[in-house]
Amino acid sequence: MPSAKVKKLLGWYGQMVLIREFEDACDRLFWEEKQITGVYLHLYSGHEAVGVGALAALTERDHVITAYRDHGIALARGLDVGACMAEMMGRVDGTSGGKGGSMHLADRSRNFWGGYAIVGGHLPLAVGIALASQYRGEDEVTLCFVGDGATNNGYFHESLNMAAIWDLPMVWLIENNFVAMGTRVEKHAGEPELHKRAAAYGMKSLGRVDGQDVQAVHDITRQAVKYARNKGPVLLEALTYRYKGHGVSDRSYDQRFAAELAEYRESKDPIELLKRKLLQAGHADETSLGEIEAVQQEKVKEAVAFAAASPAPSEEHLYQNVYVETERA
Amino acid sequence: MMVRNQPMREALRSALQEEMRRDERVFVMGEEVGEWQGTHRITRGFLQEFGERRVRDTPISEMAIAGAAVGAAMNGLRPVAEMMTISFAFLAMDAIVNHAAKIRYMFDGEFEVPLVIRAASGWGDQATATHSHSPEPIFAHFPGMYLACPSTPADAKGMLKTAIRDPNPVLFCESIALYPRPGPVPNDEDYLLPIGEAAVKRAGADVTLVSFAAGVHWCLQAARELSKEGIECEVVDLRWLRPLDMDTVIASFQKTNRCVVVEESLPMYSLGSEVAAQLQERAFDYMDAPIRRVSAADVPLPFARELELMALPNADKVIASVREVLR
Repeated sequence: MPSAKVKKLLGWYGQMVLIREFEDACDRLFWEEKQITGVYLHLYSGHEAVGVGALAALTERDHVITAYRDHGIALARGLDVGACMAEMMGRVDGTSGGKGGSMHLADRSRNFWGGYAIVGGHLPLAVGIALASQYRGEDEVTLCFVGDGATNNGYFHESLNMAAIWDLPMVWLIENNFVAMGTRVEKHAGEPELHKRAAAYGMKSLGRVDGQDVQAVHDITRQAVKYARNKGPVLLEALTYRYKGHGVSDRSYDQRFAAELAEYRESKDPIELLKRKLLQAGHADETSLGEIEAVQQEKVKEAVAFAAASPAPSEEHLYQNVYVETERA
Repeated sequence: MMVRNQPMREALRSALQEEMRRDERVFVMGEEVGEWQGTHRITRGFLQEFGERRVRDTPISEMAIAGAAVGAAMNGLRPVAEMMTISFAFLAMDAIVNHAAKIRYMFDGEFEVPLVIRAASGWGDQATATHSHSPEPIFAHFPGMYLACPSTPADAKGMLKTAIRDPNPVLFCESIALYPRPGPVPNDEDYLLPIGEAAVKRAGADVTLVSFAAGVHWCLQAARELSKEGIECEVVDLRWLRPLDMDTVIASFQKTNRCVVVEESLPMYSLGSEVAAQLQERAFDYMDAPIRRVSAADVPLPFARELELMALPNADKVIASVREVLR
């Protein structure tokens, strides 16, 4: 029987594989099979350790919100894989009934407040969600994922400042993948060490963490959550790397960043790093990890089949849920 | 029902105060709403009565004020956020348009956003170009949010209370010019006016005047003047630009066959454009004259008092347009 600690690591391994498989399937369904359509599809491949490690540090009652690169966060928070895939395809069984698309997955019952597509736009929403917890005297933390690109518009400044002056129970987790759409962080940020921004707001900073190491992300996020729950907002920066272009519209990423991409895939891949750790420690062998991988591959396969079989939303859905319908005459 | 004579400012204050007493989830946030007591004095006395938890002074951060109000509403509170003037709401346009108005739909009903954003609107008093706006039609462009724009203290009270109790987001536009203007207000804590219901504020058979907020008063003044000559105007106060109560407008138009739309806003892509378009679509056979529009001049508002007055609509301009449609 594996120990609780080993079980946890194996669980994370499964989640990370699920995300990678899901994103690979999305890529294929967009470019080859054309079952995912549209102009936006932002894959989480390469970031898996950040989402999985950070969410593992939360309880169910804590809150999560993120930007448009939301598939991995949704899956790590336990959203139904089939419903997520159906949303990619704009089907009626999608998490948002096919109305949101890939950038707008959400699940209220899991306190996953959604993916948002205007850079920085979800940051003040996170402030409000945390404010409601504090207002009611509830012991909940709001974890807000922030891309490195989102640190440069006004939302970041206004939201972090407001969180600081109101001592809100929040963790701001910057996922720094070194490139905002296509612009390198050295070029887009006057201070590329983004965690230092906390000082401007008198906010606690936990500095940088290696975002390729799921255990390290988990441990520091747990520390951050504890701080947020008891004292107030905290900023944290995870260094990670994006395997795919910004979205499907980004055609030159692979060439522009070829050397770095090869380096990360070769020696810094978050899934491979965890695998190596598990094997070296004797917590698992190739066979047992292969079994985990097979289970996740099967989940994604089933999700694709489920989504492909789900009907398109019909005309009756077009005008549904614009407003909360009330009994007003 | 007991009635008190109150300026609109006080009617708004009592509506907000009563709703805060009634429902613990209701709170106010905005620039200078607390210690300053509200720059338009709507929240006077609130900090003393409700404390800092429910009367939240914010930094000058319009994007975060609107966005945080959206998040708080999603997570079960009933925020009433104040934009000191609607000119500043332009800074919060993304939070209002992309989030307040769309979250319910784009997540297909997963969330409710029971939010009110109050904003002082309108121009005059030489506030100059960047602080002089009546952009209600811009905000009313977007489905998912209601837009309120009362013209009397009683309407202001009943509409604000309804807006706060409704589970949908409402942009509540308060005409700065009307804040001091008194009127009878029902002294009733449950005085609620339905969303999207216009009111005929004066009956008449010759021409329909359609307006909202300050424009209603120019219409009523024009109607009184014209009545002396035997011209009877029907004044329709829309009260809400979304939902837009075209049924009431059409019912009046079918009687008068003539219409002038009066607004403080700019002329292009305006309420006038919308009402005229809908009338020709839905009541073409009743039209006896081209529909006229009275609006602000199509310029950024100048500072000099003389120029400002030339740019703004008024009762005389309404009268001139009525004469045109009756010619």
